[in-house]
Amino acid sequence: MPIQVLMPALSPTMEKGNLAKWLKKEGELIKSGDVIAEIETDKATMEVEATDEGTLGKILIPEGTADVAVNTPIATILADGESASDLAKAASPAKQEKAAESAPPAAAKTEAPAPKAEEKTPAAPKAVSEPEPEVPAGTEMMTQTIREALRDAMAEEMRRDPDVFLIGEEVAEYQGAYKVSQGLLQEFGARRVIDTPITEHGFAGIGIGAAMAGLKPVVEFMTFNFAMQAMDQLINSAAKTLYMSGGQMGCSIVFRGPNGAAARVAAQHSQDYSSWYSHIPGLKVVAPFSAADYKGLLKAAIRDPNPVIFLENEVLYGHSGEVPKLDDYIVPIGKARVARKGQHVTIISWSNGMTYSLKAADELAKEGIEAEVVDLRTLRPMDTETIVASIQKTGRAVTVEEGWQQSGVGAEIAARIMEHAFDYLDAPVARVSGKDVPMPYAANLEKMALPSVAEVVEAAKAVCYR
Amino acid sequence: MAAPKKSVTKEAGQEKGNGSPPEFTREQELRALRDMLLIRRFEEKAGQLYGMGAIGGFCHLYIGQEAVVVGMQMTLKKGDQVITGYRDHGHMLACGMDPKGVMAELTGRRGGYSKGKGGSMHMFSVAEHFYGGHGIVGAQVSLGTGLAFANRYRENDFVSLAYFGDGAANQGQVYESFNMAELWKLPVVYIIENNRYAMGTSVTRSSAQTDFSKRGLSFNIPGQQVDGMDVRAVKAAGDEAVAWCRAGKGPYILEMQTYRYRGHSMSDPAKYRTREEVEKVRHDQDPIEQVRNRLLAGGVSEQDLKSIDGEVRDIINGAADFAQHDPEPDPSELYTDVYR
Repeated sequence: MPIQVLMPALSPTMEKGNLAKWLKKEGELIKSGDVIAEIETDKATMEVEATDEGTLGKILIPEGTADVAVNTPIATILADGESASDLAKAASPAKQEKAAESAPPAAAKTEAPAPKAEEKTPAAPKAVSEPEPEVPAGTEMMTQTIREALRDAMAEEMRRDPDVFLIGEEVAEYQGAYKVSQGLLQEFGARRVIDTPITEHGFAGIGIGAAMAGLKPVVEFMTFNFAMQAMDQLINSAAKTLYMSGGQMGCSIVFRGPNGAAARVAAQHSQDYSSWYSHIPGLKVVAPFSAADYKGLLKAAIRDPNPVIFLENEVLYGHSGEVPKLDDYIVPIGKARVARKGQHVTIISWSNGMTYSLKAADELAKEGIEAEVVDLRTLRPMDTETIVASIQKTGRAVTVEEGWQQSGVGAEIAARIMEHAFDYLDAPVARVSGKDVPMPYAANLEKMALPSVAEVVEAAKAVCYR
Repeated sequence: MAAPKKSVTKEAGQEKGNGSPPEFTREQELRALRDMLLIRRFEEKAGQLYGMGAIGGFCHLYIGQEAVVVGMQMTLKKGDQVITGYRDHGHMLACGMDPKGVMAELTGRRGGYSKGKGGSMHMFSVAEHFYGGHGIVGAQVSLGTGLAFANRYRENDFVSLAYFGDGAANQGQVYESFNMAELWKLPVVYIIENNRYAMGTSVTRSSAQTDFSKRGLSFNIPGQQVDGMDVRAVKAAGDEAVAWCRAGKGPYILEMQTYRYRGHSMSDPAKYRTREEVEKVRHDQDPIEQVRNRLLAGGVSEQDLKSIDGEVRDIINGAADFAQHDPEPDPSELYTDVYR
């Protein structure tokens, strides 16, 4: 039975167009792919190709017709053995069936369900975090630098899982630009501790590809400043693939390295990327402060089936802390820690921001203000519960970050407090942050550009109206 | 370790100058015909559904380039990986993915390979070793190199095929990948599908070196230019490249000289080339017609070929039908698959 050719749309938004020209005449033979007509809109002219074979039976819309609605039948094609007399049948309802088979007419479109009015956007699921395992009483502790804690975390995970490997610039023979991977090449060999050329975009992509194939790479960026070169791979490939594949294929991969300001390295080497990564669904973002957390969270990150951005801090690498002497010390991702208890004001920070926060809490205590200090540790998923619980107690909040204020993590925390604990607030939330300038080189200016203990103290007093 | 370097890039056009590539058996010809037809009919149907508004967004058709994926697929063994950019429908069908699932993804339905969340440019099949379907030009080259890295790491002999276009060939990460692939002797075949136009910019307007087989020269990666309209030439060159990689000699570059008949995407009026140019390629070089003519000359009947056409048409109509009637994803799917 004759097949209808419908007015096509050039774009999803096109509703009608002009039939500019017929390139085939009635009675001409047509092969699939032949250009049979030209249509135009105010934006473009395009060719209509036949998708069926046969003879052009009848032209239903003559050339030069303006404003032909999309999906209007514009011609009929006769299949082998059909004649013009079949066209009469084509006008009958029976024809409609055939048309629906080979080229569903406009009516078929209604089957493509437009979003129904009653189809409500479901509520976003709540992040559920596991409770942190207690370190058993009497557990022996050892003092370690953060650098050593990170190295031990990687070594333990590499011993445990042969699919884990470390790749990055200077990670193997040089033992790490910041000596974080000390001894790993010696223990695991060049197959699993791999020096790359200076090629962030490329090795980030290679790491993600290897992870898509089921390996568990730990990709070291010499600093996160250089990861901007790889940003597309981190976001478009690592973060989104699980979703875009309908859950079929994801990547278990850790990107780690120092983030934020070091010392006297100026604007291009001193930037805090916390808010950049925490913006992205599909990524987990971890930024620990204590040595124990560095170890336990890096082990958790390596085991996590998702891409994890693990933000370290160069200034902290040499700092020492107590790390539990356990065979397998894991700190769950997504759980904040109350680093100091208090009842007058909550100070919320993470990574090196904790340095200012804890010192400020000491200062405040001398003046009779007991600050509760919350170490977020994970920025995504953010532990809103712990923040809110503290605000319910103190009624006042100060956020502390080295990054810039606009669209920063502090802004996000303030918004969450407003959404979930507004009625508990006794003062507006205050933000202490890096100043709104690229990092200057001069020692005095650099100091001014970063947050300070004095600023945290001042902000805490301000929200306490003291 | 002094690896033997196959230095020489073959002279441009040499493949064609040397007469016909090795003949296919009748069985191979029939398979090639059927697989290429499946892609062409699928793409024609996709174009039609797009015109009707059943497919949204971007839709990049593979019509004209079918011999490339079909010929290359004939060189692979199960477990070899394939990855490509956004013009990916042909690659998926060649890998053996179900046309229904691919078409239903194009229409954004729950039965699509990505449950309707990926669309035309983002589809994957772990079972068929198809790693996407990537929307960012050039990204698949690093990712495909990573798949090869995994093969090397696991010490197996699988090969990864990383397809990209003449446009992507100018992206920086391609060369970062070339460098590491040769440095570490990774088993990856870089297949540059040179269809002469990166969207609307012709190769001569975008590329200082238009012989893409030479793009790996400074990394010592061997390359060949291949008549990508002749499925036999594709397979012959592909066999060589895949064997090179499987033997642990490192990466290999194949420039497939091909042509897309349709616009860059469905909304491309294709004003950057003449209709005569398109018609000439279609008339003189069409990959499907070449096989069909050889089969007819070899004594296969019109009727036999018609029955292949019919079988393919039925599959495609079934896929189109499924893709239009399958329900959209359940609203609860909005928040799934962000993390696992």
